[in-house]
Amino acid sequence: MSAVSTLARALPVPAGAGMARALVERNARAFRHGWVTLVSGLFEPLFYLFSLGVGLGALIGDVDAGGGRMVDYAVYVAPAMMAAAAMNGAVFDSTFNLFFKLKYAKLYDSVLATPLGPRDVAVGEITWALLRGLLYSTAFLVVAAAAGVVRSWWAVLALPAASLIGLAFAAVGMTVTTYLRSWQDFDYIQLALLPMFLFSATFYPLSTYDESIRWVVQATPLYHGVAMTRDLMLGDVSWGILAHVAYLSVMGVVGLLLAARRIERLLLR
Amino acid sequence: MTTATGTTAVQPREGRMARRAFAYWLTNYRRVWRGSLISGFLGPLFFLVAMGFGLGTLIDDGATGGLGTPGYVQFIAPGILAAQAMQTAVGESTFPVMGALKWQRQYHAMLAAPLGIADVVLGHVVFVTMRVAITSVAFAVVAVVLGAITSWWVLLAVPAAVLTGLAFTTPVFAFAARQDDDSGFNVLFRFIVMPMFLFSGTFFPVEQLPGVLEAVARVTPLWHGVELCRSLVTGTATALGSLGHVAYLTAWAAGGLWLAFASFRKRLVT
Repeated sequence: MSAVSTLARALPVPAGAGMARALVERNARAFRHGWVTLVSGLFEPLFYLFSLGVGLGALIGDVDAGGGRMVDYAVYVAPAMMAAAAMNGAVFDSTFNLFFKLKYAKLYDSVLATPLGPRDVAVGEITWALLRGLLYSTAFLVVAAAAGVVRSWWAVLALPAASLIGLAFAAVGMTVTTYLRSWQDFDYIQLALLPMFLFSATFYPLSTYDESIRWVVQATPLYHGVAMTRDLMLGDVSWGILAHVAYLSVMGVVGLLLAARRIERLLLR
Repeated sequence: MTTATGTTAVQPREGRMARRAFAYWLTNYRRVWRGSLISGFLGPLFFLVAMGFGLGTLIDDGATGGLGTPGYVQFIAPGILAAQAMQTAVGESTFPVMGALKWQRQYHAMLAAPLGIADVVLGHVVFVTMRVAITSVAFAVVAVVLGAITSWWVLLAVPAAVLTGLAFTTPVFAFAARQDDDSGFNVLFRFIVMPMFLFSGTFFPVEQLPGVLEAVARVTPLWHGVELCRSLVTGTATALGSLGHVAYLTAWAAGGLWLAFASFRKRLVT
């Protein structure tokens, strides 16, 4: 038995989806030839970090990271890139990849002919997305720390935080995917993601916005992901962080339940 | 292809029927243009608003007090104009080309008609260029309305952006025709297109980069496209400099076309 499958079988998996690890193992095995794609996914947030941090940082100087903390622009933008990468990775995995497996590869038709159920599919796919995400966020954090833009040991908690962001977006992304008709519809996902990526206090502080529209920004899930990750990486942790955790947890759980139900209806009708 | 069968006489010279191939892609596009509007047009607009107006406030009040334009937004608008041309061009020259080669096989269908390799390539390249032109015009109009571009030279910056797109379209056609599956596109997007977008002068002058990287950035076609568009609309263009950029971009487009003909011929005929 290879190391990959040993790892897949050792994973903890929530109750009610006892066979999900078999799907994780399948994905891990199928992915061994796609390692270029796997590794390449790591570079996008790093390119953004160095482009904005190094290139623009010199032009910007210090930024108010909230509550009067003035930090280097690179320090300000690094947590946002980590949170956004967690979102993008999870959404990509749970939409494009899932859609292909659902419509073209007909993977789940064969999966459901085995003892696996729809809930195994939902949990298994999301677990796989989270594992990939964890790989990326760990690598990103290591590079960010080496570049000197991490300010606290609390940053270690940014790893589970990134997984939480991934869970919330993967679960919702999966639910949305079950409603998509064709590849053209993916443009609408882009339409939701790109503004969130750009406007969720990722590149500049919330105080830049007029007070009348700040609540719109604060309502988006990525805003909470970014704020949570930023507090951790700057070491500015208070009880307020639990609000972000609660928001993303509710989104994840609701998304997961809906996704399992939709897959059941699509596949076992 | 048609050798001693006697049909050679009625076969038009290759390249004369590119219009037919173009017509096919246009018909196709009439059905899906709504979605492409989102990715091709709203995306760059979001970048302009977020970076130009949002991040711009930090840069205009920042350490150096701006980049010599009235505001940061006037600096990046021509940069994004060129960069979106690159992205549209690469996007339209990767998956659609692979699809037409391998999945839907439109190219095979065209070659079974009296069209030749040159018709197939030129027809599709012209279509992609039309797509780039549409997004460039749309973006330029909005940038002018928002006050991010304030010069009449924008009328020349738009064709400059289209030429920038063409400098990517033809080499990517050649590249796509040599791929067996789409994994190469991931590498292309992540290691070539994305770094160019972020480091070739779109968001900050390449002088900010360390020496070696600055030299690399200046070799990329995107830097020449960005410089050309920016110098035109900010009134810093010189005739000689602009002609240099145009010549460099044209060389990429022409070299790419030559390679694309070769790649397509190898893939589809022999």
